[in-house]
Amino acid sequence: MTKSELIDAVAQRRRITKSRSEQVVNTVFEAMTAALENGDGIEIRGFGSFTVRHYKAYQGRNPRTGKPVEVPAKRLPFFKVGKELKELVNATPAENFEEPSSATMDPVNVEDIG
Amino acid sequence: MTKAEIIDAVYEKVGDFSKKDAAEIVEAVFDTMKEVLANGEKIKISGFGNFVVRAKKERVGRNPQTGDPIPISARRVLTFKPSQVLKMVLNPHKQKGSDAAALSADVRPAGE
Repeated sequence: MTKSELIDAVAQRRRITKSRSEQVVNTVFEAMTAALENGDGIEIRGFGSFTVRHYKAYQGRNPRTGKPVEVPAKRLPFFKVGKELKELVNATPAENFEEPSSATMDPVNVEDIG
Repeated sequence: MTKAEIIDAVYEKVGDFSKKDAAEIVEAVFDTMKEVLANGEKIKISGFGNFVVRAKKERVGRNPQTGDPIPISARRVLTFKPSQVLKMVLNPHKQKGSDAAALSADVRPAGE
């Protein structure tokens, strides 16, 4: 779904014009962007929360040439999915929870445990 | 920022409807997004970012306290990838494209 499809869906759902829906959807994401720009977090109950994470400058390497590259300090938005949405998204493979067969497990992925 | 503040922003900026209407429309925005994501479909908001549902295979995790292996079941998780525009907004001091330009300049082998 794209933003314009979201606008259409909201217009239909609330029986409002597309241009009105567009104004609302744009305002929602503009407000969220402004909050993040100010370094504020955003919490949407049932959906998730956004926080701004600060990363220090570090010396990285250009993977192709091996030359050291100065990576400047930066701020990045980080999204944490809310409990309700997390469960909704995961609802389909719920049956897989029943019998985790150890035979099919892939030990290679051990390092990225949440 | 909470949903109530987003509703206020919509009420003040778009106007011409009651606060209750503003609340219901904002609610509809997030409800629609939730339903779409629950179906496993991704959402692309240009200028903000993409919400993508990823299927994770079953894998072995470890109890961090005991080190015992524990199976982590297959699941679907939601990830957010911020758009380049949003990253730029959060890092105004970084000159637009300067890093990419510096990197690609470095990448080009001198002999070519």
